[in-house]
Amino acid sequence: MTDFSLTINGKTHHLKDVPQDMPLLWLLRDQLNLVGSKYGCGGGYCGACTVHMDGMAIRSCSIPAAALVGRQITTIEGLAEGADLHPLQQAWIDHDVPQCGYCQAGQIMSAAALLNQQPKPSDSDIDQAMAGNLCRCGTYTRIKKAIHHAAEQLAYDATASKGGNS
Amino acid sequence: MNAKAGLSRRGLIKLMAVTGGGLSLGFHLQLGAKTAAASVELNAYIQVLADNRIIIAAKNPEIGQGVKTSLPMIVAEELDVDWQQVEVVQAAINEASYGPQFAGGSRSVAMNWDVLRQAGATAKAMLVQAAAQQWQVTTASCSTQAGRVLHSASGRSLSYGELATAAAQLPLPAADSLVLKSPQQYKLIGQRIGGVDNHALVTGQPLFGIDQTLPGMKYAVYVKCPARGGSVAHSNIAQVKQLAGVVDAFVLAGNGDVGQLLPGIAIIADSTWAAFSARKQLQVTWDESKAAKDDWQQQRSRALAISQQQGEALLTQHGDVAASLAKADKTLSAFYAYPFLAHAPLEPQNCSAIVKDGRCELWAPTQTPQYALGAVANTLGIEAKAVTVHQTRIGGGFGRRLMNDYCCEAAAIAQHSGLPIKLQWSREDDMAFDFYRPAGFHSLQAGLDKQGRIMAWDDHFITYTEDGKTPTRGAGLNSNEFPAPLIKHVRLSQTLFDTGIPCGWWRAPGSNGIAFAIQSFIHELAHAAGRDHLELLLELMSQPTRPAGEGAGQVLDTARAAAVIKLAAQKAGWGKKLPKGRAQGLAFHFSHSGYFAEVAELSVDDDKKIQLHKVTVAGDIGPIINMSGAENQVQGSVIDGYSTMAALAVDIKAGRVQESNYHQYPLLRMPSSPEVAVHFIQSNNPPTGVGEPALPPLAAAVCNALFTATGVRVRELPLSLAGFTV
Repeated sequence: MTDFSLTINGKTHHLKDVPQDMPLLWLLRDQLNLVGSKYGCGGGYCGACTVHMDGMAIRSCSIPAAALVGRQITTIEGLAEGADLHPLQQAWIDHDVPQCGYCQAGQIMSAAALLNQQPKPSDSDIDQAMAGNLCRCGTYTRIKKAIHHAAEQLAYDATASKGGNS
Repeated sequence: MNAKAGLSRRGLIKLMAVTGGGLSLGFHLQLGAKTAAASVELNAYIQVLADNRIIIAAKNPEIGQGVKTSLPMIVAEELDVDWQQVEVVQAAINEASYGPQFAGGSRSVAMNWDVLRQAGATAKAMLVQAAAQQWQVTTASCSTQAGRVLHSASGRSLSYGELATAAAQLPLPAADSLVLKSPQQYKLIGQRIGGVDNHALVTGQPLFGIDQTLPGMKYAVYVKCPARGGSVAHSNIAQVKQLAGVVDAFVLAGNGDVGQLLPGIAIIADSTWAAFSARKQLQVTWDESKAAKDDWQQQRSRALAISQQQGEALLTQHGDVAASLAKADKTLSAFYAYPFLAHAPLEPQNCSAIVKDGRCELWAPTQTPQYALGAVANTLGIEAKAVTVHQTRIGGGFGRRLMNDYCCEAAAIAQHSGLPIKLQWSREDDMAFDFYRPAGFHSLQAGLDKQGRIMAWDDHFITYTEDGKTPTRGAGLNSNEFPAPLIKHVRLSQTLFDTGIPCGWWRAPGSNGIAFAIQSFIHELAHAAGRDHLELLLELMSQPTRPAGEGAGQVLDTARAAAVIKLAAQKAGWGKKLPKGRAQGLAFHFSHSGYFAEVAELSVDDDKKIQLHKVTVAGDIGPIINMSGAENQVQGSVIDGYSTMAALAVDIKAGRVQESNYHQYPLLRMPSSPEVAVHFIQSNNPPTGVGEPALPPLAAAVCNALFTATGVRVRELPLSLAGFTV
């Protein structure tokens, strides 16, 4: 058992008596009631538990929470800025991506990490970045379209804000 | 082992069809606290708020098939409200109010189309009546639009919110007095409407069974014998109880019903992780005297060994197969096989439960909540009316959650411990304790005449039984299975293998394997006859289908079949010149009232890696309720079909399933996923479901394309057995 602090969605949580090996996923779900990150496999195969560590996609089922001290953790609950959805979240709604929806938080977090690295991804960039996220319902076609759509939106927003500043 | 785990699927659907009619308007829509504001209930499905928001109850479980959106759309259409006004809530599980509530057999739309239209039209008629009385005009002089009643002659209008209180006092109009909309009047049906939970899903809100929390809740795991049906002989349970975070641990004897409660050890802890960790320290010696002993490779060899014989039981015959084969210009025979499959929905089984004062409350991601009431009651030894099921959204069904074993386990653990608990299966539990798609084998023989017409058809189908008498869940072959009713000389026979492995309904039960064998073999026949596959299929469909006899399933409408086959071929450019190395394959299948034809276009490299470029689908399920949802279902069915045929199989040794997690059960990933083009014929038939019927043709379409591309005929799935990768 160990005590430590974690920064999750910009908020610092002081945690006590946490098992050393408890994966971040179960800390989020059982102790912090952040249940958007999903348990699917426990082995890093499905990606349903994907969150960000300093902007990079990680599998929260396979990393002990105690190893993340000093990192910025972002979960699906912290992706939107207040009421303003992230362009990916909006694109998922616009393209009616979900079927059962269970994997989609993890899909969106992987896609958001991709757009952080590569704002204009090609089809093969998307394939590569999203290959770790399973969708049992088979919504891959719509996921890919939604990512392209969100990338266009981000590019448009960037141009618009540049224009606004000049 | 006990096979009486539930009604047969056909029995289930029959029962629900019988009890499904009739709109129950005397009961109340049961809503959560969020809508406790001033509101008026017009019937079990509709509640109107003073500000003219409309609450519509979604009656059936949402497993990803889209009914939480499409069923309320039907109500909203006849009620004549704007979709923007509508909020959808999950209906309480209450047979008296809602009739059958389940997600299975692609039946939700077909069974509820009339009921839901009547619910909307009844409420609308009452609102119009209320307005007419207030204005002292005739109802015929009133009209409705976007949640308002209008009197155009005087220019007056009132919102449903303003009229609801008065409307609720009126007597119910007679069902035969209702005027339902004609398709030309639809404003909502057929449109592209996004899923009602989409915003909550993309922001990570708690919707699923796994997301539920109860005050004072503890976390449980339940450990069972890896060979299905074994019981606990010895364990170190005393040591496990001493581990950090563990609250309790105990043995449950089970009730002998594999669909309810098998013997096992419950561990209750302060967190899911503590329960998972404690489980790693648990050591159990299992008594396997009554456990499953199945060995898949032995069964496969035995099936091959008896394939040349006739089946033990005759399912149907007409004409004289033996004589027809003897004088055929050409005969062809082939042995097709497909493996056991797991459902592997992404949300592992879970259920939260409280048992207190002789009552049980469950929060369950189940496809059959009304059956859960009875199963749980039986497990606990209480009456079904003492059980309440709260329906949650479901992280994938595919038929797995037609069974309620995990609900019974949760209830039994809550009862024994006296604690509110959430039972959480691991992925490994889900792989080991599924109700598997039964494997199957078809020994096929057919005769062609000089014109290349199929004159004789013989299928010896080898399948599985759990009771020693009848095919288990999802394991039967209908006596009128295509193409039997369209061929002059036919014999269908069946041999049953005993299994101790519980089987279950897996998306498009029966059809998901049968279509692969039959639609591939028809392509083999076309090739042997030197005929175009499309032309041969259309020739078969050019005649009326034979009347169905005993053991028959739904009757194929050959005109509808021909129409989708033609459309798929036309949209895919069947017969066009393809780039070098590319080939197309065609297949058709009729199941769950749906007609689907698919053309797969692929290429294969020297390392036997397949690239499936595109699948073109044509379907006829009557009018489409939600175009976005229907397309999503078809795209998903194609991808599910491809995923499954490519590399998925469950291997069984000594009664134990060998696959434990997704690394050994490799679902398709995005880079291998094809483009899917979807075309619907919106025929003037009653609307039917689309969760299942687009899946069955896919495997045959791909195998037929693979044969054309490579000359290799795949007769056993998955493709990985023949060295192909995707």
